[in-house]
Amino acid sequence: MTGFLLRRLGGAVFVLLSLSVFLYLVFYVAPGNVAQIACGPRCSPAQVAQVHEQLRLGDPLWLQYAHFVQGIFAGRDYSSGVGVLHCNAPCLGVSYQSDQQVTQLILNKLPVTGSLVIGAFALWLLLGVGTGVLSVWRRGRPTERVLTWLTLAGTATPVFVIGLLLIIVFCSTLQWLPFPTYVPFGENPEQWAWNLLLAWVSLAAIESAKYARLTRSSMLETLAEDHVRTFRAYGVSERALVGRHALRGAVAPVIALSALDFGSMFGGAVLTESLFGLPGLGRELVEAVKVVDLPVVVGMVLVTGFFVVLANAVADLLYAVADRRVVLS
Amino acid sequence: MSAGFVVEVEGLSVTFPGAQEVAAVRDLSFSLPEGGALALVGESGSGKSATAFALLGLHRGTGARVEGSLKVAGVDVGAASEAELRALRGAKAAMVFQDPLSSLDPYYAIGDQIAEVLRVHRKVSRRAARARAVEVLDRVGIPDAVRRSRSRPHEFSGGMRQRALIAMALACEPKLLIADEPTTALDVTVQAQILDLLHGLRREEGMGLLLVTHDVGVAAESVDEVLVMREGRAVERGPVAEVLAAPARTYTRTLLEAVPRLDAPLSRQPVAAGDPVLEAVGLRREFRQGRRTVTAVDDVSLTVGRGETLGIVGESGSGKTTLGRMLVGLLEPTSGQLRYGGTEKTSGVQMVFQDPVASLNPRRSIGEAIADPLRAAGERDEKVLRDRVRELLERVGLDPDRYDRYPHEFSGGQRQRVGIARALAPSPKLVVCDEPVSALDVTTQAQVIALLGELQRDLGLSLVFVAHDLAVVRQVSDRIAVMHRGRIVEQGTVAEVYGSPTEPYTKALLAAVPTLDPVLAAVRRAARRELVAA
Repeated sequence: MTGFLLRRLGGAVFVLLSLSVFLYLVFYVAPGNVAQIACGPRCSPAQVAQVHEQLRLGDPLWLQYAHFVQGIFAGRDYSSGVGVLHCNAPCLGVSYQSDQQVTQLILNKLPVTGSLVIGAFALWLLLGVGTGVLSVWRRGRPTERVLTWLTLAGTATPVFVIGLLLIIVFCSTLQWLPFPTYVPFGENPEQWAWNLLLAWVSLAAIESAKYARLTRSSMLETLAEDHVRTFRAYGVSERALVGRHALRGAVAPVIALSALDFGSMFGGAVLTESLFGLPGLGRELVEAVKVVDLPVVVGMVLVTGFFVVLANAVADLLYAVADRRVVLS
Repeated sequence: MSAGFVVEVEGLSVTFPGAQEVAAVRDLSFSLPEGGALALVGESGSGKSATAFALLGLHRGTGARVEGSLKVAGVDVGAASEAELRALRGAKAAMVFQDPLSSLDPYYAIGDQIAEVLRVHRKVSRRAARARAVEVLDRVGIPDAVRRSRSRPHEFSGGMRQRALIAMALACEPKLLIADEPTTALDVTVQAQILDLLHGLRREEGMGLLLVTHDVGVAAESVDEVLVMREGRAVERGPVAEVLAAPARTYTRTLLEAVPRLDAPLSRQPVAAGDPVLEAVGLRREFRQGRRTVTAVDDVSLTVGRGETLGIVGESGSGKTTLGRMLVGLLEPTSGQLRYGGTEKTSGVQMVFQDPVASLNPRRSIGEAIADPLRAAGERDEKVLRDRVRELLERVGLDPDRYDRYPHEFSGGQRQRVGIARALAPSPKLVVCDEPVSALDVTTQAQVIALLGELQRDLGLSLVFVAHDLAVVRQVSDRIAVMHRGRIVEQGTVAEVYGSPTEPYTKALLAAVPTLDPVLAAVRRAARRELVAA
């Protein structure tokens, strides 16, 4: 177990470092003049040269990268022209746009995206698995056909369509809910939840369709297996066969898919964040890409990668708990 | 229900719908007295399992059409409601299935699975149900039942799983036990243990037993009466001793003659083995499993002479398949030497595999499959290839005009003939057959064995025949090697090994083979019991 965790941790660090090398090459080296971008379009050549000096762009590539990595693990100093600016570990650099430290920027946005993802995740698991179970339990009946149709519709609808509809109906027409803005949990938990509710529902509606289909197909597969036949031959009711034996078979694939979705949602819920006025990571990333704020882009992608790797490691652990035949090695 | 019968079947027909309707069971009638034991015996497709499933109403909801009257433990299965059926299943009539691994839920502890079944039928607390589960596990001979009841199926051996499944069947004290090929997936020594267990349970608990089996020997060991089935119909029914000793019907006779037995006269004239075509010295093969190293084959030395058949017998896990694969060069030995009549090249060696379905590519015509080894050897001329393949098809008793047909159009026995033709294609000196007939019905099995013997005589082939069935190996071999835990524990001529075995393991193996004589079976069962008691 400990060995597994250590190996997994080592693997995670390796994946993230590889990702950082790749990002570094793509964003810092490939496009045009970094100093010009950082300085802005109205800079004079002298100013650009100064920025070039400050960012130490004259250093060999490997040394620049080494400084970047050093920043993550030990912190680093930046000369700001007038003085020295210290950036504490884990330092992901300084934004070209706002001169804010990227780490701080991400930490500010993380609670927003976290609130969105965790709430939506709980909701879509509940909704998706529940729909899947229900459609298996009522297979061959009208309920199943309606559910199949709904899941198909859910998979095919973009999140902003559902989101917009919800806002129009609940905020504008019925006026049951406020037009969403972000209220931090620490400030007012009740308002936090009310404001996020529609975002959770629209994200969950889309995502749960996938989970419903996965749950359904895994359960149907298990229902066709010999051991279900055994329990049927021993008088176990259809409800118990579906709810106890077949559902158990769907646990592992649902865990696997959850891990991928949960992690990637941290950088990928852009549309939902924009639509519901949530100043989260996804929106920040899009902004940063627009203005070529390279340190921010690299930092964001690394953090998203971190969550994907983390979620997958947790999934592997859950796997072993769910199925005792799995040996962690 | 007329008093005294636990099963009454009258005019049962089971039809599976589809593009071509399959009448699995046709107009079958039989009854089983309370506490009696009846075996449904037949080859694949005889309708024996479909009959067993019908008794518990398991065809419901599958689209199969079930006609006729079925009374099981007083319940009219055809007319019963879903709830009445559920009350019958497991409580009054319980079923034991063929494959004990896939028949238990991999996710739950064995004890919990038994407790679940108990709580379906009886209003008892979780704790009481768990206690009863331990009790029945202990009853079927699971050692340390309290602890083992918390294990999951994959932590049990095959025999233990089958015991667990029988324990589940016992949990509610049913009047009838339906066992569908309960020992087919098990080794012969384990099979003997399970049959002894079923026998003892029946006597002590007074349950009726309906045994479904393809193995006449298993029936002879276990029941009072047999019902021989063929293509969904009853062929013959009567007391087991009478039917097996003096079958009244031709089909029963054919079936019995095809069953390989240990007491049949030896048909092979021992051949004087020619120069060795295969010499293996100190073969060893290890496999790594995580941090552990498992030695599958350990220090095996053997020779095979020209025109000779060496039989290799052993139970599952004995290393016989690993050895066979090394002999043809499919697997590199960890250490040891292999020589093929002076060279180390494997070009003169071919293999026939166990599963005739899995060992043929379903998307390639059988002619192409047979031509493959020739192509691999460098033959490019399509005319030469086709002529050679047609000749081979004829040689193994298949119509050469079926060159372009696909494997699914052939029966199991025919597919194995294709496998043999493929092995013969490059004119090998030695053919290694790994369980070549274990997936086949006995009558088909007898035909394939006859074909192998004929080919060997005509072509002067040497054979290595790897199998778990001692009677089959005895029938085809000149010399025998008995494998146990990766080693050859005994080696000698057929007469030596079967007539006067020296190793205790060989003796135990031979004592476990079911006999076709019910009287002898009872004597041997008593002997086994004494052996266990001692």
